[in-house]
This record gives sequence, C-alpha cells and structure tokens, in this order.
Amino acid sequence: MFSHVSPEFALVASLIVPLIGMSAVALLDRAPNLREAASITTGVITLFFTLTIFTAVAGGARPAVDVVEMLPGLSIAFKVEPLGAMFGLIASGLWVVNTFYSIGYMRGHGAHSQTRFYMSFCVAISAALGIAYSGNLLTFFLFYEALTLSTFPLVTHERDEAAKGGGRIYLGILMGTSIGLLLPGVIWVYALTGTTDFVLGGVLSDVFVNMPLVFGIILALFAWGTAKAALMPFHPWLPNAMVAPTPVSAFLHAVAVVKAGVFGVLKVTVYTFGAANVASSGAGEIILYVAAASILIASFIAMTQDNLKARLAYSTVSQLSYITLGAMLATKYGILGGGTQIAAHALGKMTLFMCAGAIATAHHKKYISDMRGLGRVMPYTFIAYIIGACSIIGIPPMAGTWPKFLLMMGSVETGDLILIAALILSSLLNIVYLLPPAVRAFMDPHTEERASGIQEAPALCLVPAWLTAIGTVILFFMMGDVIAFLEPLVEGL
Amino acid sequence: MLMDDLPVLPIVLPLIAAPICLLLPNTRAAGLWATLVAWVSLYLCTQLLGVIVATGTVEYGLGGWASPLGIVYRVDLAGAMVMTLVAAMASVTFPYAIESARDEIVPSQTSAFFAMFLIVFSGLMGVVATGDAFNVFVFLEISSLSTYTLVALGAKRDRRALTAAFTYLVLGTLGATFFVIGLGLLYQVTGTLNMIDIHERLQGVDNKVVRAGYAFIITGLALKLAMFPLHRWLPAAYTYAPSAVTAFLASTSTKVAIYAMLRFLFTVFGFSFGFAEVALDFFLVLGLVGMFAASLIAIFRKDVKMILAYSSVAQIGYMLLGISFGTPDGVAAALVHVVNHAAMKACLFLAVGAVFFSLGSHRLSAYKGLAKTMPITCGAFLIGGLSLVGVPLTAGFVSKWVLIQAAFDSVLAVPTLMIVFMIVASSLLAVAYVGRIAWAMLLEDPPAGVTAKPLPALMIAPMLLMAGVNLYLGISADGLVDLARAAADTLLDTGLGFGGAR
Amino acid sequence: MLEFILARYNYWIVIVLMMTGLYIVFSRGNLVKTLIGLNLFQTSVFIFYITVGKVLGGTAPILIEDKKDKDHHGDAEKSAHGAGDGHGGAHHGDDHATSASEAPTGMINETTGAHIASPTDVLAVAETLAAQTVDGEYRPITTSEEVAGHLEMPALDAQAILEAGDHGSGAAGHSASVAGADVAEILYSNPLPHVLILTAIVVGVATTSVGLSIAVRIREAYGTVEQDALEAMDNADDTAELAS
Repeated sequence: MFSHVSPEFALVASLIVPLIGMSAVALLDRAPNLREAASITTGVITLFFTLTIFTAVAGGARPAVDVVEMLPGLSIAFKVEPLGAMFGLIASGLWVVNTFYSIGYMRGHGAHSQTRFYMSFCVAISAALGIAYSGNLLTFFLFYEALTLSTFPLVTHERDEAAKGGGRIYLGILMGTSIGLLLPGVIWVYALTGTTDFVLGGVLSDVFVNMPLVFGIILALFAWGTAKAALMPFHPWLPNAMVAPTPVSAFLHAVAVVKAGVFGVLKVTVYTFGAANVASSGAGEIILYVAAASILIASFIAMTQDNLKARLAYSTVSQLSYITLGAMLATKYGILGGGTQIAAHALGKMTLFMCAGAIATAHHKKYISDMRGLGRVMPYTFIAYIIGACSIIGIPPMAGTWPKFLLMMGSVETGDLILIAALILSSLLNIVYLLPPAVRAFMDPHTEERASGIQEAPALCLVPAWLTAIGTVILFFMMGDVIAFLEPLVEGL
Repeated sequence: MLMDDLPVLPIVLPLIAAPICLLLPNTRAAGLWATLVAWVSLYLCTQLLGVIVATGTVEYGLGGWASPLGIVYRVDLAGAMVMTLVAAMASVTFPYAIESARDEIVPSQTSAFFAMFLIVFSGLMGVVATGDAFNVFVFLEISSLSTYTLVALGAKRDRRALTAAFTYLVLGTLGATFFVIGLGLLYQVTGTLNMIDIHERLQGVDNKVVRAGYAFIITGLALKLAMFPLHRWLPAAYTYAPSAVTAFLASTSTKVAIYAMLRFLFTVFGFSFGFAEVALDFFLVLGLVGMFAASLIAIFRKDVKMILAYSSVAQIGYMLLGISFGTPDGVAAALVHVVNHAAMKACLFLAVGAVFFSLGSHRLSAYKGLAKTMPITCGAFLIGGLSLVGVPLTAGFVSKWVLIQAAFDSVLAVPTLMIVFMIVASSLLAVAYVGRIAWAMLLEDPPAGVTAKPLPALMIAPMLLMAGVNLYLGISADGLVDLARAAADTLLDTGLGFGGAR
Repeated sequence: MLEFILARYNYWIVIVLMMTGLYIVFSRGNLVKTLIGLNLFQTSVFIFYITVGKVLGGTAPILIEDKKDKDHHGDAEKSAHGAGDGHGGAHHGDDHATSASEAPTGMINETTGAHIASPTDVLAVAETLAAQTVDGEYRPITTSEEVAGHLEMPALDAQAILEAGDHGSGAAGHSASVAGADVAEILYSNPLPHVLILTAIVVGVATTSVGLSIAVRIREAYGTVEQDALEAMDNADDTAELAS
C-alpha cells in the first residue's frame, strides 16, 4: 500500500501537508465544520506519509533530502533513521486522535479563536516532524525553535494574566536554553568538526579522545540546552504550560514538544556524540545522576499537587528523565529503553491528559480533591485513566512495562545500584501519585449533591482517550517489533 | 573611458545630482531623480565590486594626479562591499522616501530633502572610497552635516526631531574634531595624509604622539559609529528622524563609520603598532557591555523606533566584538554583520515607516493587532525581527554563526566560552524586545475604530524586497561570507607585507 | 622645566582653548552657548594645525622668483644643512619619515654617515632640541631640519630628495622638484596644514550655521533655547504620548 509513494516524496510531503492544512484552516475560518474536516483530513494524509516513511525505514531505507546549503557543511537537510521514523509516526498518529479530542473539548468549552488554535497545531506538527526527520543539528535546531514558537500561541490561548505569565516562562526557558546553550553547542560542534550531520557513532570521537573536557561541556550544553526534555532545573516551563487548553497539554506537552526534547537528547547521544563515548564520559555520568534525581524530585513534587494537570505535568517531568537517563547510560539497553519509553509514555500520558480534559469538560473539575466520587458519574473516563496510569507505573499488560524493564537491565549491566534503587522507588511513587485520584473517585462518597446516573464527557472526548488506552495494551504486545525496529540504533554496542 | 573612473563616479554623481534635485519642482520629480541617481550608482558600484573581486584593490588619482601629489582614492574589497551596500540601501530607500516624504515633510522642503539625501549618500560613499586620511574627515562631515538637516526635517511630525538633531550635531562635531586632532598628530609624525604612506612611515614608530593620534582618531570614529557608551546621539536621532531617513541611516551611516574604523585600525596602523591592541581590548569590553546595556534599555522602551534604535547600538557591539578578535575570521564576521544588520534594520525601519504612514504612530500601543490590520507590513516586520534575533534561515543567523565561530577559533584573554555565552545571552535580550513587539502585533486585538491608511506600492515593494533579502542572505550565505573573508584578508593584509593576527 | 613649558606655549594655548570649548559644550546651558563652545573647540584645532605647519623663519608658501630674497629668509640657518632646509621647510616630516623607513636598511647610514640608530633616536633628539630652544618664535617640535642639523647630517643627494618628494604630499612635490636648484634655499612654511585648516574652517562654518539654524527652529517650536527647559518639555511630550 505504501510502496506507491517514494519515501523521499513522503518525507517532503509530511512536512508540507500540515502547512497546506494550516492555510485551509485559515481560509475556512467562518465554516467551523469544514474547518475541522480540513484539520482531520490533513492529519490523516500526514499520517499516511509518516507511515510510508516508517515502513520504508523498517525495510532498511534511509530516505534523505537536502534542501539548501547555506555555508559549506551547514545546510538544511533531512535524513530519516529508525528513532525519527518512530517519533514521526507517534506524533502524526496521535495528532489525528488529538484532533478529534480537540473538537470535542473546544466545542464543549465554547472556546474562542479556534481557527488560530488549529492553525498553530498544524504548524506545530510540521515542526515536530521536521525535528523527527532532521538530518543534521542545524535542521534540528531550526525546527526545535519553530516548535517553541508555534506552540506559544497555544499555551497562551486563554489570554488572561495566568496564561501570559505561563507563556512568558514557557518561552523564556525554552528559547533561553535553546539559544543560550543548544546553539553554542551546535556551533561548537561545527567549529570542531566542520559538520553538523548526524552520523551513527557520532562525529566527536576525536574530540572525546583529545579534549574530554570540551566533550563533556558540549554534552552538557545539549542535555540542558534541549530544555524540552525538561531535565531539572530547566523543567518549570512544563508545569507552567498547563495553563493551555487540555488538548494542547495532552498532545504537545505529553507527546510532541516534550518528546521532541528527549528525542533530541537520544538522537545526539547516538548520532553526534556516539553512544560509546557518552557511556565512558564523566560528564555523561553527572547528567545521569541529575536525571535520576529529576525522576525522584519531580515525583515528590507531583504528590503535592492538587491540580490534576499539574500533577500529570510533574509526572511527565519525571518520566522524561527516564529517557535522558537511558541516553546517558548509553548502553544497548539504555538506549532501547529510552526509545521505547518515547512511545510508551506518549500513549499513557496522553490518555491521562485526555481523561483530565474530559473531566474538566463534563464537570469543570480541575482539582483532585473535588473529584471524589466522580468515578461513579463518569466510569468510562476513569477506567481509561486507570489504564493510562498503570501503563505509566509499568504494570503489565501495559506498554510502560517494557521501558522500565529495559532501563533496569541497563542499570544492572553497569552495576549501578543507586540507579536501580531510583528506578524502583520511582515506580512506587508513580503508584502513590497516579492511582489515588481514580481510586478515590470510585470509592469515596460524593462531595456534593448531584443527580445520580451517568454523566459522561462528550463522545469526542471519551473515544480518543479510550483509543490511546487500548493503544498502550497493544503496544505491550508489539514491543518486540518496536525493539527490533530500533535495533539499528544500537549497532555495535 | 568611463569605466576607468569607476572608483570616483559613484561619489561624484550624487554630488552633482544634488543641486539639480533642488531645482526640481515637486516631491515626485525630485524623488525619482534621486532614485535614478541611486540606481546608477548601484550599478557602478557592482561593476566596481566586480573589478575589485577580479583584480584586487583599485587605486585612482583624483584629477589625474598620481599618488604623492594628488588625493588618491583607494577602494579595497571591503570598501567595495560597503559602497555597494550603501548604494543598494539608497536604491531601496529613495523610492520609499517619495511617498513617506509627502506624508512626513513640509511640501516646500521635499526637493531639499532629496538633495540632502543625495549629499549624505555621496558623503558616505566618499568616506569609503578615499585613500586620503583628511578626505575621510571631509566626507564624514559632508554626510554628517546633511544628516543633521535630514534628522531635523522630522520636525513636521514631532518637534523633538530638532533637539535630537542638535544633540547629534554637537556630538557628531566633537567626534569629527577629535578625528581631525588625531590626523594632525599623525601628520606631524609622518608628513603625509595618504593612508598607505602613513602606514609605511609608521612602521616601527611608537611614541606618545602616535599613540595620542591613535587614541584621538579611534575615539572620534567611535563617536561617529555610536560605540557604547558614546551612543547618546543615536536613539533620539533615529527615533525622530523621518522614516526613510532612519531606514537609510540605520543601515548605512554607522556601517560606513565601522569601515572607516577598520581602515584606520588595520590599513593605517596595522598590527605592527603594539598600541593597537589596547583599542581591540576596549572594543571587546565595550562591545560586550554595549550588547547588554543597549538591549536591556531596548526592552523597556515603549516606542518601537526607539527599541530598534537601541538595538542598533547593541548590534554595533557585535561588529566591534568581531573586530576585537583581531583575526581575519573576526573581521569577516564583523563585515558579514555589517551587511546583514543593514538588511535587517532597513527591513524593520521600513516596516516601522509603513506603520507610521498608515497609523500615524510608532508607539508600541499602535502595533496592537497589526497582523490583522496590516498583514504585509507585519510579515515584513516579523522577518526582520526574526533576523535580528538570529533565527536560522535569516540573515541574522548567519551573522551570529560566523561571529561565534570566529570566537571559538580565536585565542583571547577572556575565555572564549564566556564571550560566546555573552553573545547568545544578548541575543536572548533581542528575543525579549522583538518578542514584545511580536506579541502586540500577533496576539493582541487591534484597538477599536482604527483604520489603516492603505499603503502605496512604492512603500510596500522596498519593504518586501528587504524582507526577501534577509531570507536570501540567510539561505544562501556562501557568497557573502566568502566575500567578507576575502575582504578581511585584504584588510588585515598579507599583501602589504604586514599583518598577521595577534 | 620652565623652559620646557614655555617652549611649547602655543600648545598650551591649544589645550586651554580646547578644554574651555569642551567645558562650555558639556556644561548645560543655552544652545547658542553650546555652539560657541563648539566653535572654540574647533578653533583650538585650527591653531594646532597652524602650529604643525609653521616652520621656523619660514615664509608663506608662495613661489618666490627673486633669489636675492633668500638672504632674508635663510638667515637663521646654518650652511651645513642648507639643502636639507631647502626642501625640509616644505615637508620636514618627509625626511624624518624617509630616514625612519629606511634606517633599518642601513642605507641612510651608509650614504650620509649620520649616526641614526633608529627612528626613535631621531625623535628623542628632536625633543631634546625643542627643549633647548627658547626663542619666541613658533617652533614645530619635530622638524627634521633641526634633527638633521644636530646630527650633522650632510645634504641628502638628489636621489634621496626626489625619493622624499615621491613619498610626500602635494606641496612637498613642488619644492622637491626645485630642491636641487638655488631656489631651494628659500624657507617656506608647510602649506599643506594651511590648506587643510582652510577646509576645516569651511566645515566649521557650515556646522555652526546648521547648528544655529536648528537652534532657530528649536526656538520657533519650543519658544526657548535653554536645554533644561527643552528637556523638561520633551519629557512632558513623552508622558503625554504615553497617556493618550
């Protein structure tokens, strides 16, 4: 089915189609139904192209497109490898799901400026795919910035003081770190090697041998410069981004934006620094422990949050650091664990966010303390929530099991007891902060008078949540294939 | 043969054309005449650039008098670059000025306005082309005097233009006089005014007189190019000058002063002069401080033109920083930024002028909802703004890239990484002030009851052209960077038998 | 010490004028007074240039045909370095620069036998010389005829003179071309600084007139030319604009 389209064409098309979609959305400003249809169509077409790329990459192809060369060795170019193909597929697939959810949510809330909302989404997905398929650091950086800028209007969608404040922190941290740390890192790599291309095994091996300190500094520049990975202390943008409407939090701040960050960390580990170098680098070790600390600290903070979305946000901070941790372990299992976590966490966390949004749409409840007894009113929502939570915690048969397993394996391999302890403790903490809201929703009595019977969220909110919930289960069984797909990343390790 | 006079034609042409301009009856005629002259000059400059790229530095004895007797014009590659830049900016802003001058200048003065414009143009070209040190002063004052007048012409819309022009006049004259004192001291030591001869005679000479001359010249030029903290004249002058004037000045006059500075630093004094490093250290420190201080001030201004004016001061810091590295790469980075900054500031100030034309204000509050009321202008402004911030695929990114790369490659007293962080930190400040404007344009609703006067095509076209140039320079940076490298090599030259990085 | 100061009295005048001018410019006040300060500042530079151009006993640089006149102008000079004076008067810097640029090659030393070790020596000698001479005349500090005299440098041969002319500026060329002839003994002031300062004066006049006309316009627009009042009004404009 996908062989009719050349992967190179699909690569270009997957980046351009969302932009065409954006124009269509803009033109259909006055016809909401057509506008939403345009969004969905765009999503489906994009998904088709990303699937094409995915199957081609699975077949061993590495589609590449060079767009323009600005200076020798400095160009805008795309080259797809397995990790990017997977990220691209997840992003575009979940975008379609999220578009349905957005329609339900935005209409349910009677939100304003919906056209701008969908337009920004289109640009964001194009930017996320650009990141996924980038062939060198510069292209990565360009789309990384584009993603920040295009999601900014979404974060500040509400236009009130809270949104402005959140938006300022969002933009300040993301732009600040990317221009302040990531860009010098990119330029330094270029100054040292004369190239910014992603090459399996890395381009900095010479630097690692001759100037280990410089190598370490650049590694740190990338680890913290890619603040979308929310490695502490550059995580506050994520909780602050929760002022956005829930579809934004669900898709961008559980999938596209944050995964773009950790994807970047993982990708430069493998393709710029070289996993073998990172594994034996002192700087990598320091970042490893910072990531472990991030996992635990964010979990503790999550426990104190009463706002469900904020709790989920800190949970995301914690879960993202799993991937950074995997990247910095830089062993075979570490990288595979990080890679699979990208997929597993995306599905699980998106389910949780969509449930939170469904609750907000149906009953306007944001705080966990207000949700007591709500489970009996909207059981389907809360069951989906429990499935998502179990996936994050890592209970079989949910997808989240595998990444944790692989990361444990990686830690055991290096014999690092502290890491193993941190991972186990974090799983326990996950249980403590994710499950109680749902349990209380079913067990506790109502806090207020309410007509009995079921008052569920609109179907457009509920169905997507269930789709991703089921997705976590399917992914559990398909994980072997995913690992096989990612195998080329860890060649030679 | 006409082509033999290439180095001098782009200077003489506008100078002769200016009085003719004064005789023309109305704005349109004068404006078209000026535009025509600018275009011809641009053509001549590109020819000149071509010749110099092919054959190297060109010398031309004015009036047929050869080197020791006559005044010699000496255009090197960097000079040809700057000349072409100035001519290009004139070609873009003059047609724009026709419509905007009708709006902003008293009708009876528009012919004089364009005459002045031509004289500024001629003066700026002369500063670059001449190889005679005193001639630099003369041209500098020709351009400055007419600039004061041009700034003062903004008085129709805002009387503060007058005080701004007066401040500019006083400080500009001080700068020029400092420069002349320095020249006098140099003349006392060397007995010549020809730059190359001065250089030859200064070889190995290092005494108090030369040092004093050096200090006077550098300080005078630093005032002219608005090096922080000698920038006091610039923000007000840029803010209250007529839109087209601001666009032209912001993209040329400080650039020409930078080139004059380069010329004196490297062609006249050169590295054999040990004291030179003092100036480079000053540039390093003041460049960095200027980048920060001016950007910080810009963040808190409420007038878009003022924000951009302070941003210009900050951007000059980048150029000085590049020069301060004292390496060919550093100077090349400065030259690249000279061109790119001209492109971005021209684009931005043209857009600001368009808003002023349509809405009658350059206050930040007037920019609310601009995306809806003036989408084209808003788009051009955004491209310019992104370029200023240094987003990839825009000219500004290339500037920053080569500058940071030059920093990594140079060995400096202050740890390189520190400098790099300061460069990027200051571009974050640029994010802040451009972000404020972008926020107002994109995310706020236009105030009720505001109708934008439709923009004439003559104003839209230059603006879009400059926006396009920003993108072009960002995407196809090869040519410019190579040219700048070659120009920097000539400046720091090897060919004259001195030089070498410090 | 006193002699050292007195010998440079013209420079002191320049410095005093310059500082007075700058002070007037920077101390706040009336716009017209600022311009006066600016003028004073520029005038100091004019005097400085004239000082540079003056040659001891030199006359105005007009070509004098009558050779008898030379006795009047050349009286103060010693015959030992007559030729050197002849062209040095016009472009005294040239000799020095020539020797400066050629000294390292040893050429001057060989041909003239003068003991110039390095250019800095020349300057040192020049300074000591200037310090020793206290004679009410205008005296340039680093005129090379004195240097040459002090070092007993014999007349440069025609070749060297021509070379000096080649490197020199416009005016230098003229006298260099006649340096070998008898006319050479007439001592001229250096004309170039005079020309330069004429240009600078023109620029200064233009600046003043532009400045004054702006001041007039300011008075029309604001009704005052006092800087404090102007600043207050500008600030008021600013706040008014913000309020609207």
